[in-house]
Amino acid sequence: MNPIQKFFDKVEPLFEKGGKYEKYYTLYEGHRTILFRPKLVTGKKGAQIKDANDLKRTMITVVIAMIPCLLFGIWNIGHQHFLALGETATFIQKIGVGAIQAIPIVIVSYAVGLSTEFTICVIRNHPINEGYLVTGMLIALIMPPNIPLWQVALATVFAVIIAKEVFGGTGMNVLNVALTARAFLYFAYPTDISGEVWTYLGDATAVDGYSGATALAVAYDTALNGTGTVMSSFSSYWAEGMYTFKNMFLGAIPGSIGETSTLMVLIGALILIVTGVGSWKIIFSVFAGAWLMGLGFNAIGYNAFMDMPAHYHLVIGGLAFGAVFMATDPVSAAHTETGKWIYGFLIGILTVIIRVFNPAYPEGIMLAILLMNVFAPLIDHYVVESNKNRRLKRATV
Amino acid sequence: MDLINLGIKSIFIENMVFAYFLGMCSFLAVSKKVSTAFGLGLAVVFVLTITVPTNWLLSEFILNEGALSWISKDLATVDLSFLSFIMYIAVIASMVQLVEMVIEKTSPALYGSLGIFLPLIAVNCAILGSSLFMDQRDYGLAESAVYGFSSGIGWFLAIIALAAIRERLKYSNVPDGLKGLGITMLITGLMGIAFMSFMGISI
Repeated sequence: MNPIQKFFDKVEPLFEKGGKYEKYYTLYEGHRTILFRPKLVTGKKGAQIKDANDLKRTMITVVIAMIPCLLFGIWNIGHQHFLALGETATFIQKIGVGAIQAIPIVIVSYAVGLSTEFTICVIRNHPINEGYLVTGMLIALIMPPNIPLWQVALATVFAVIIAKEVFGGTGMNVLNVALTARAFLYFAYPTDISGEVWTYLGDATAVDGYSGATALAVAYDTALNGTGTVMSSFSSYWAEGMYTFKNMFLGAIPGSIGETSTLMVLIGALILIVTGVGSWKIIFSVFAGAWLMGLGFNAIGYNAFMDMPAHYHLVIGGLAFGAVFMATDPVSAAHTETGKWIYGFLIGILTVIIRVFNPAYPEGIMLAILLMNVFAPLIDHYVVESNKNRRLKRATV
Repeated sequence: MDLINLGIKSIFIENMVFAYFLGMCSFLAVSKKVSTAFGLGLAVVFVLTITVPTNWLLSEFILNEGALSWISKDLATVDLSFLSFIMYIAVIASMVQLVEMVIEKTSPALYGSLGIFLPLIAVNCAILGSSLFMDQRDYGLAESAVYGFSSGIGWFLAIIALAAIRERLKYSNVPDGLKGLGITMLITGLMGIAFMSFMGISI
């Protein structure tokens, strides 16, 4: 951040009264406030405020971190579309198809969410804050490309009001708002958000042998029918090379708009960790929990899904996306540092358990995070209590 | 193995609060503080662990049709199962009396903060519900002991989680109309969504 801030400081006199670009001061200010709204940084001596971070910068950092996922998702919708039709297409065509599907979802999510939030702010007379910037993007990124737009709107209204505003707005919610929106759709309109909805076909018919099954569905069915190993089912998938480890890591697979690419998610994770916005402890412990649970299941080896190599759990489905962008939500996650380890670890473990055991929900990360959101305050409570007891023991009266 | 499965099932999948909505009154009323909720939760676990197997013994050897045949052959046709509700309640109420006395003696602070809700465990639907489920599902003695204990644990987990959430919400700017029970109902609903993650798991 520092070089950018220095640049702003350097050019500031040009825009102030009497400066060269006096007329454009609002323009300068508008850009500066995106990143450095409160200019409350003190000098090198005395009590220090080295950096005055605020909600706006935090939220915008997260949105920036999600942009790789969005861009990749737009390309991937087009890619899957033409793959399913058995046609070859140029990069531009794929982007075109993807953009037509994805951009309206983003717009609806933002428009509906922000207007709901503005309405409530006016009614309740509290200031508007930037929390929704992240939620709006997240809601769009965890929707399947075929989702009807009215459902996006309905889920957004539900999540903003029931999961956030009734608790007093940004920073007060118990459950992650975007995941509540998705869970709402999941239970209210299951046919539009589960099954083979992950590839956008449009009016065209797909090639022979096409199946829109995600890697998780393929793995689960293999275990259910007892037909060979998951690996052999992956390699006999209709589109050759779709479910190799490398391809799943890169993300050219069917799935929700933003969740497919582990690589893009990791780029986002890097941005979040470097800027200190996301907790690396949570991200790391979610991955560790899922991987260890996968190893544990390998050792049991009760069915084919359990035998799937543990590192595959990390690249299929939305585990990476959930771990980086949802589990790290600073409001609904555990607040204490020890609590973050426990919280993340349990999310990873639960995700794999739900994936392997629960036929109703092929993807476990959504409900695992929601469940741990419920228990996060409890974890915090006991971490604080044990801290108190430890310090009481040390104290001598 | 079956017993472990039954335990996990009744803690998470068939959670008393989130799957059957039983025991709601004390769940909503005594969840303001984690420490109080913890005490009440433990009391419920204890009462359930004792009463479900006791009621099993009752129904097996006294109440069911032909259960009295161990006394004399003449009684083999007697069916007292119409008495099961009142007998179950009697066992539960006497158990609760015992718990109440123990808590009053050992922890007067907890006794004070639980207040009326401690004797009211006697009519906590989660407790009578467990006994009736035990009856309906034809559990054996070991099964009913495990079932009683683990459904108590499920209720216990639910109430301390809710209490921790409510402690965190203490400083939230909740709309006036929703303060207190209103927001608690909403939280319970949202927790129910989260607990849906276990629905449908077959073990």
